[in-house]
Amino acid sequence: MTTTHPGATERTPVVPLPAGAARAATAVGALATAASTLLAWTWTPEFPGNLTISGYPGGLQVLTLTASLLTLLMTAASYHLPGLRWLLPTGSDNAVALLAAGTFATTWYTLVAISAELGGIVNLEPGGYAAGAASLLTLLAALGLPLDRRTRESLRVKVVPPSRDGGSGHAAALPSRLTYPGRLAAFLAARAYLAVSPRLSFTKRPLKAPAHLPAWGEILVVIAAYAAALGIFTYGIDTSYAELFAGFLLTAVFGVIALAQAGVLARLSAITAHQRPIAVAAAFAAAAAFPFTQSDDQYATIGVNILVFATVALGLNVVVGLAGLLDLGYVAFLGVGAYAAALVSGSPSSRFSSIHFPFWAAVLTGAAAAMVFGVLIGAPTLRLRGDYLAIVTLGFGEIFRIAVLNMDGSSGPQLTGGPNGIHDIPDLKILGFDFGQPHQLGGLSLGRFANYYLLMLLFTVFVVTVFSRASNSRIGRAWIAIREDETAALAMGINGFRLKLLAFALGAGLAGLAGTVQAHVTFTVVPEQYQFAGPVPPNSAFLLAAVVLGGMGTISGPLIGASLLYLIPAKFQFLQNYQLLGFGVALVLLMRFRPEGLIPNRRQQLEYHDDTLPGDTGGPTAATPEKDVVGLTQAGA
Amino acid sequence: MTTDTLTTPAGPGAPAPGTPLLQASGVTMRFGGLTAVNNVDLTVNTGEIIGLIGPNGAGKTTFFNCLTGLYVPTEGTVTYQGAVLPAKPFKVTQAGIARTFQNIRLFPNMTVLENVIVGRHCRTRQGLLSALLRGPGFRRSEAESRERAMELLAFVGLDGKADHLARNLPYGEQRKLEIARALASDPGLLLLDEPTAGMNPQETRVTEELIFAIRDQGVAVLVIEHDMRFIFNLCDRTAVLVQGQKLVEGDSATVQSDERVIAAYLGTPFEGAPGADEAAEVAAAEEHAAGAAAEPATGAASDGTTEDSAPRTTPASQEDPK
Ligand SMILES: Nc1ncnc2c1ncn2[C@@H]1O[C@H](COP(=O)(O)OP(=O)(O)O)[C@@H](O)[C@H]1O
Ligand SMILES: [Mg+2]
Repeated sequence: MTTTHPGATERTPVVPLPAGAARAATAVGALATAASTLLAWTWTPEFPGNLTISGYPGGLQVLTLTASLLTLLMTAASYHLPGLRWLLPTGSDNAVALLAAGTFATTWYTLVAISAELGGIVNLEPGGYAAGAASLLTLLAALGLPLDRRTRESLRVKVVPPSRDGGSGHAAALPSRLTYPGRLAAFLAARAYLAVSPRLSFTKRPLKAPAHLPAWGEILVVIAAYAAALGIFTYGIDTSYAELFAGFLLTAVFGVIALAQAGVLARLSAITAHQRPIAVAAAFAAAAAFPFTQSDDQYATIGVNILVFATVALGLNVVVGLAGLLDLGYVAFLGVGAYAAALVSGSPSSRFSSIHFPFWAAVLTGAAAAMVFGVLIGAPTLRLRGDYLAIVTLGFGEIFRIAVLNMDGSSGPQLTGGPNGIHDIPDLKILGFDFGQPHQLGGLSLGRFANYYLLMLLFTVFVVTVFSRASNSRIGRAWIAIREDETAALAMGINGFRLKLLAFALGAGLAGLAGTVQAHVTFTVVPEQYQFAGPVPPNSAFLLAAVVLGGMGTISGPLIGASLLYLIPAKFQFLQNYQLLGFGVALVLLMRFRPEGLIPNRRQQLEYHDDTLPGDTGGPTAATPEKDVVGLTQAGA
Repeated sequence: MTTDTLTTPAGPGAPAPGTPLLQASGVTMRFGGLTAVNNVDLTVNTGEIIGLIGPNGAGKTTFFNCLTGLYVPTEGTVTYQGAVLPAKPFKVTQAGIARTFQNIRLFPNMTVLENVIVGRHCRTRQGLLSALLRGPGFRRSEAESRERAMELLAFVGLDGKADHLARNLPYGEQRKLEIARALASDPGLLLLDEPTAGMNPQETRVTEELIFAIRDQGVAVLVIEHDMRFIFNLCDRTAVLVQGQKLVEGDSATVQSDERVIAAYLGTPFEGAPGADEAAEVAAAEEHAAGAAAEPATGAASDGTTEDSAPRTTPASQEDPK
């Protein structure tokens, strides 16, 4: 019905203003917004975070302050101030506009939340109005900057209004059964979409040549970046009420998109790629530093749960992201590992309560058991392709849960304790280190969950290593080949079935590994932990979502995806009943706007490499010749 | 067919040219009631380039699929170097037969280089454990694969695009990449399914040179094509498949002068017209044939159903069974 021709760009403001005035107004607005956070926004401390104090910002005001200062900084960078060139390598004003939008969104969200929770806008103090006005002014001014956008002409519109007799020139694109009102509605929807989309679609700009950094400078940048990431992540985990987390998400999302448009992220990833060993070490150090930033164990619990979830998601990424096998029952392997470890943990409710394996043996048992299950389930099912495999694995996942539920001694043999599961799993003691007890380390106290967090982190590092080494090898390439085109892979001499089974077994083993730690962290294992979909991740649906949301086939993708998917439901307790709905909506939106996930694959990034090639629009390059082939075939038909 | 083993060998270790490499006998493939390939015999000798032509829907691709284990033939056997081929595609490739596809099947989101390295899969041994441990053997094997793949890319003229994504290559280069990828498995026989479909005349000529070069490296080639000039320039022998049956086989002169072929396929005798004209002629002839076939069907329904399955030598036989 419509065809778009991306590529051409224009630099025009959304709000018609002279560029110089708009830039100055943005700076002034950002400054005013920052100042407004020092005022009282409401009269009562009933709204969480206490926004009543004049003189210093509290709660959500801190976010507004951060966002507005970032806006100010980026605006300054857009003036080409000498010390700030690193902040805007693309020189695109889109970054300023996005930060202004982030400031606006955070501020207005706060004002709306205050009004809604306290019952009306009368609860806003003049400071609140000032903040709202200043952030709105900033946004409008920033929208007056020359933004890089797709040209409207490049969106070649081929939407023809339908005629009543059905003789529309483009009727072929619409189902002919559609009645006239239906076609009219489709037409209007398409027109509305086309009117809005060029306003919203940003474009990419090449980076300016970087200033040369010495090696130590690059290392400092990498370390600073990971320290900042740790700070942001810790802030997000430590948010103590839903409003603050929502504000945090708004600021963070706009901030990240703005930094991407500014080119900072691209520059950063280039530096990280350059200093790879340092970057890996810094990432590990930042992750290991997390429990030391916590004064009590409350948020370390979240940390360890996120790590378990993320590690399992990375294991699933072998199966889904590399080999392209849609596994909807993956959480069962986590369950197998957890149950295996629980059975040999010496727990009094275990069937084999007299057996108490040392931890390393329990880990091997759990991983091996999961791997055996992987092979047992994979061997019959991996001959199926696509949807069939998804359905069968979904079935097997449920079979695992129900079987475990019934092996309670009355409905079946006593093995798993049925619905009660296996409880009182003792804490680990490795080389005399009791994971159940708080420990003092350099004046900082590490609680039980912090201990397990650090243990789990080692497992995560192990899984990351396995994933990255496996994917960059003959086996990994064969998996990707199978994912890309199984028939062609077979024709290249790849034993498809065996390699798929290997991916399945490896993925299962990695999940089993995580399961052994999880069993000890949670004290108990019960069947309800291992559902297809449920309120608490990890479950199969959330694992798959973490992989898809984060970016299939990447390492950081599932880690970030899992963090978000864990934190969002954990922080928005009130969403509990709508969680699956919101989750579905989020996935639909993601597939519409960013099908490659938050972290695009290196391979997908390469796509931007070849701008010079004719007909490279990200779509099928071979479109024209393919038509020729079809033409030939049809000529013979 | 030819068992002339007395000719001199092409190189050290290579089998003598002229010895049978691939022998298909009585290959039949039925899909339900449709016999797509009917009792086809074909021999490819070492050092030969054999052409396989026939109208669309004649069963050429299906025949390829039977040779490469993608389909298990309903009847008949295929032997390669004297041994019966297993009916698993990856084992066929391992045995030494590589192929390309009529509708290009690259790994679109892998780089050009990675595509070719995947082709090395069955000639390399490093398993998962070796990948995880990253010992010296692993590094050596990776470096060797990379080197060989770069050689092959240089051979087909794509070494400058090693880091591009396969999906971003222009069409003609995608075809070349598919050939490089197939060659990466060190085949003794290369099966090409319409390697010049969609190419312009220059690209076609380059491909022709490429196929000669491949043959000169000691790889026998079996090629499906529509471009007559291309086939008759290139091939030592050509087999004509019509409605699943092999009509004739022989050198270009034999095939061109066979009146059944002319009737069934060419429409008019071949006179060295360029490929595009050929295609147009064939299309026109077939359109005509379709019209001709429709007429008796509407006019007199005397022998409606049986006629379709019977082999015919009229132009109407080019009709696709679809
Ligand atoms: N998998 C299949 N199932 C059913 N029919 C098939 C299948 N593959 C090919 N055919 C039919 O076999 C006939 C020969 O097809 P094909 O080998 O592709 O012809 P060619 O390559 O000579 O143009 C066609 O009629 C086609 O529809
Ligand atoms: Mg074909």
